[in-house]
Formats: sequence, C-alpha cells, structure tokens
Amino acid sequence: MLHTVNKSPFEHSALETCLRYARQGAAVLLIEDGVYAAARDTAVSKQVEEALKKVSIYALEADLAARGMRNRVIDGVRLVDYEGFVDLVVEHNAVQSWL
Amino acid sequence: MKLGILVNEGPYTHQASDTAYQFAKAALAKGHEIYRVFFYHDGVNNGTRLTVPPQDDRNIVKRWSELAAEHKLDLVLCIAAAQRRGLMDKNEAKRHGKDTDNLAAGFRISGLGQLIETGIQSDRLVVFGD
Repeated sequence: MLHTVNKSPFEHSALETCLRYARQGAAVLLIEDGVYAAARDTAVSKQVEEALKKVSIYALEADLAARGMRNRVIDGVRLVDYEGFVDLVVEHNAVQSWL
Repeated sequence: MKLGILVNEGPYTHQASDTAYQFAKAALAKGHEIYRVFFYHDGVNNGTRLTVPPQDDRNIVKRWSELAAEHKLDLVLCIAAAQRRGLMDKNEAKRHGKDTDNLAAGFRISGLGQLIETGIQSDRLVVFGD
C-alpha cells in the first residue's frame, strides 16, 4: 500500500499515525508540508530513520525545493517528481491519504 | 490505468488543489485515464467561474477547465456541498430563484453517488485535502 502524508510532523500527528499503521514493505510518500519530515537533524528525523528499516519513504521534490529543504534530506529517503508520484500510485494496490 | 481523484480542499487554501492538478496532469501525460475528479466539502470552490486571482498568480479554476477541455475530463461537484457554499449551475440558480449561476466551464454538479462510482470504476482513488 502507498501512504501519503501532507502535514508537517511538527504540527500534526498524521505521520506518526501513518508509520504506526504502515506494514513492512509499504511505501510512504511525503508531499506538501509533509516533506518537512524528510529533513535531517530534526525532532522527528530519528523516527523517520527508524521507519526506513520497515517501509520505503519518498518525498516530492518540488515541495522540498519550494521549502528550501532539498539539500537537507535524510539518507535513504528517495525523491520523486509528479510522474514518480503517479508511478507509486500505479505500483501499489491502494492509496491511503493521511489527511 | 484508470485513476479517480477526490479533492476536499478549496483553491488557494493550502496546497491540495495544486497537488491534485499536478498529479492529474502528470497521470494524463503518462497515458493514464482519469475516470473522474470529484470535488467535495470546500473542494467545490474549485468550480466557480467568478474567481479573479492576480494576473501573476496561477488561476486554479481556469487551469481545471482547460485540463478538462483538453482531455475531456469529468469534473463533478457534490451538490449538497455546492448548495451550502453558493456554487450553482443554471438549473440550480433558476430552481432557487438566484440572479446568476457561477459554475465554471468543464464542471458539472451531481450527487455523492458519483464519488462511490468513481471508487468502484477506478483502479485507484487518490485523495487530496486538508
């Protein structure tokens, strides 16, 4: 399953809830303010690094760039463009948006 | 692949309308079919032709209309959400005795059953919202 998270982890529990429910091998795509979770050396980066052992984590590059975060991405988090977003939707049997 | 899109957030609010549009555009460019874009809750505000954003800003409503014209997209506003927020087509305006309608080109107003149908008919349903 593909999970999308569009909220900052610093003001919303969507990412935390998502990571709790996401199963081994699932994919998590960070979009909009959700991309703040992809940044290194933050209050949630340990949680994200831990989650990378269980799930694949992607971040939408345009949203990272818009927030000046493109050069601060945690190792192991993969960047995708909108076409990559579409591919992730196609590759997984269902999409859960954690709004 | 057949994709359904649900938009629950109004334009110029956070980013959902923008992300949904960019996603739809990318999916069409890759040769996928968009079965329907359903606008629910504040998302129905994506369908008013009376918005006049600054000229140097993106025109979210017009962008949807143009994408719909180019790809024959089915853009549907939920009728109950639309009535609450003052979105109406000619028939609705007449029925409620209003002096004008405001539905943008390419959009139509229908019921929630259209969302259920989108979920059934599409291979994936992708939700954008707040």
